[in-house]
Amino acid sequence: MFSRRAFAPAFRAATRATRLPSATAPRFLTPMQMRMLSDDMRQAIDKAVASAPVVLFMKGTPETPQCGFSRASIQILGMQGVDPEKFTAFNVLEDNELRSGIKEYSEWPTIPQLYVDKEFVGGCDILMTMHQDGSLAKMLEEKGVLVPPENDAETPK
Amino acid sequence: MAQSTTPMEDAMRAKLTEALKPTTLEIYNDSHLHSHHKAMQGVTSKETHFRVVITSDKFKEARMQPARHRMVYALLKDELAQEGGIHALQLKTRTLDEEERQKQKEQAE
Repeated sequence: MFSRRAFAPAFRAATRATRLPSATAPRFLTPMQMRMLSDDMRQAIDKAVASAPVVLFMKGTPETPQCGFSRASIQILGMQGVDPEKFTAFNVLEDNELRSGIKEYSEWPTIPQLYVDKEFVGGCDILMTMHQDGSLAKMLEEKGVLVPPENDAETPK
Repeated sequence: MAQSTTPMEDAMRAKLTEALKPTTLEIYNDSHLHSHHKAMQGVTSKETHFRVVITSDKFKEARMQPARHRMVYALLKDELAQEGGIHALQLKTRTLDEEERQKQKEQAE
């Protein structure tokens, strides 16, 4: 259903390249330090958010989500018919800096988080509400991120 | 001193009630459903996963859902940030009108 492009290596490359020398960073940070989002991280997340029209920050990968809320979000995007070509998922479990960084960046304390056209949409509950009331379908349609309808499909009866 | 067995829920209820004056406030502790979950290894708290239904006219100040959720997150900032604190928070944030309308819709169906 939503199989390809499990994890864009672009982000990992981007974050690795711009990452501060973490070897010198203290292993344990105070809450205050943890809350500071470095410029490098912010830039890396800017890039990640812009890497596709639809971007999901999640736990695990679309094939093997590691959290029920991430799984539900992927399922909703799949049901909506989001074009895999226009979708990228980032696994926050692979990068602790990203995991805390994205929370700060979005001012949103939980994962998953959905971005469409670089705009924060919400987490799993908001996705679910929008899925149910039709506003998600409307938005995705307007943004042109759905799989194009097949011309050779059966003619409606 | 008698200690509450649900300190987190109590704190949430107190903060949400005070700030939002909700007409409906339901707090469900779903933590037991997630205790096997890998991220919960080593976490002893029985209060990690919550589902909260809030109806408050304070939400009239913010029409969009993300803004409403952020209002709640801001109120529960400490509980979300602390080690072994709230790990997952499902939210239903409605105004009184919205709640009424949805109830009518559900009954009509």
